[in-house]
Amino acid sequence: MSDTDSLDRRRMALYGWMLLAPALILLTTFAFLPTVTTVWQSLFSRGTARRPAEFIGAENYQYLFDDPVFWQVATNNLIYAGVTIPVSIVIALGMALWANGHLPGRGFIRAAYFTPTMLPMIAAANLWLFFYTPSIGLIDRIAGLFGIGATNWLGQPETALWAIIIVTIWKEAGFFMIFYLAALQTIPPDLREAAVIEGASRWTYTRRIVLPLLMPTTLFVMINAMINSVKLIDHLFILTKGGPNNASKLLLYWIWETAFSYFDRPTAAALTVMVLAVLGLVAVFQFRGLEKRIHYR
Amino acid sequence: MSARAETLPATGLRLPRLGLPSLDALGAWTLALIWIAPLVFAAWAAFHSPRDALAFDITAPWTLDNFAAAWVAAPWLRYFFNTMMLVTTILAGQLVLCTLAGYAFARFAFPGREVLFYLVLLQLFILPEVLIVENYVIVSRLGLFDTILGIGAPYMASAFGIFLLRQAFKQVPKELEEAARVEGCGWLGVLWRVYIPAAKPVYLAYALVSVATHWNNFLWPLVVTNSTTTRPLTVGLSLFAAPESGVNIAVISAATLMSIAPLLVAFLIFQRQFLQAFLRAGIR
Repeated sequence: MSDTDSLDRRRMALYGWMLLAPALILLTTFAFLPTVTTVWQSLFSRGTARRPAEFIGAENYQYLFDDPVFWQVATNNLIYAGVTIPVSIVIALGMALWANGHLPGRGFIRAAYFTPTMLPMIAAANLWLFFYTPSIGLIDRIAGLFGIGATNWLGQPETALWAIIIVTIWKEAGFFMIFYLAALQTIPPDLREAAVIEGASRWTYTRRIVLPLLMPTTLFVMINAMINSVKLIDHLFILTKGGPNNASKLLLYWIWETAFSYFDRPTAAALTVMVLAVLGLVAVFQFRGLEKRIHYR
Repeated sequence: MSARAETLPATGLRLPRLGLPSLDALGAWTLALIWIAPLVFAAWAAFHSPRDALAFDITAPWTLDNFAAAWVAAPWLRYFFNTMMLVTTILAGQLVLCTLAGYAFARFAFPGREVLFYLVLLQLFILPEVLIVENYVIVSRLGLFDTILGIGAPYMASAFGIFLLRQAFKQVPKELEEAARVEGCGWLGVLWRVYIPAAKPVYLAYALVSVATHWNNFLWPLVVTNSTTTRPLTVGLSLFAAPESGVNIAVISAATLMSIAPLLVAFLIFQRQFLQAFLRAGIR
């Protein structure tokens, strides 16, 4: 009896591993292995034809920390994250509250909010070029009506990053709306009825009942938004290329530029390690949330 | 009765009086119009001569010249074909790999399963986009540089897909599996006859999200392609629209519209399904 049991168990384990093998091989090849080689690579100097790469320890990191551009790009990315995350979440929440209601033209409203999500970032950037082009762009036309002169939104350091931020918010708010919409539909209508009977104002109902119930969704959306603040950089290629003078440069774009324009793999690797470390922190944060949820069940 | 009906609709505790639009409707519509404006404006510009487009002459005559100019300026048909091949290859790979792995995690007990599952989930954070530098080296070493498979391979073992299918398979009642076994199904037979049919809506949702994601993906394809025969639409569009190329903005709009049209039209027709898909895929 126990013999067949253990045989069965062993067979289960074997099947399990066999089923997992293809996915594990690919994950190892394109996620785990490159993570390790990135760390390794970041400890070596940039090899040339005459001088092969040699182990230099943390020198690449030191070099980056001494480089003002690094601090500028890191600051840009922090501002990018610090603005796009809360603003898109708040807009997404507003959108969801509206799109969930019985307003006239609800279908159109939902589609309008969600459409940017379906567009490639490159295409989105092309659309926005129209708005940002100095003096002939739509924004400047409107500004012109009020007697405000032409502004080179993408070409001056004070506004370039903000122009990028606006496109990102436009692109991701509708995506986050979906999750809030789903959560709103799970709130039982009795709660609203009860609130009405108690004479609660709409604001009180939203703040005291809806928002707390949406907390898990907010957490989920926030993690997505954090990841996006690293990932969403495609529009830089069209709109600013990180300029002027690095004013709108973000980390992932800089990694690309360092590796594929300046062919400086070790520095790009060191940068990648730092980005991975930040993402790892986000992951820990998320897994802890997951674990808590599992324990509650 | 009627008072109760008036206070219950989902938004706003009170219905606006007929006639005047409520503040909500006003806000929602304003935001919707702002959100759709870039697209509407580009669409309008694409059908007008560059000079009229930039002059915002609403009365200007409509023209298809921009589309003609854009169409001959780049191998769009080839780019379309490449993108179709790319999303199909990735989806096919993902469906097979994630099904097998999801099945393993959902129904097989083996030592190290929990640890492995966390490792897989970690890939949600170690984004392929961030690893472009080393993945470029690996793909080149495998001889996959500038191939469709090379663009697709890093995305095939999708942690997200594995997770979704694991959840879906876990919800299948064990009795169904046992019934199938009594009828003589083996492990793979059970997967094919019981689990996969039960998870159909999840597959559909995942497929839509995957296609939309990879239709739009840019950075990694940019890194691993360098010829017309493999470049997807997004990369083609970025080369076309780069400021250095000196193409005027009305033609860029036309090209942009052409390249987003298939997905956008599909979205507008199957709006419900798309939204459902994103919802289903997003809720964990």
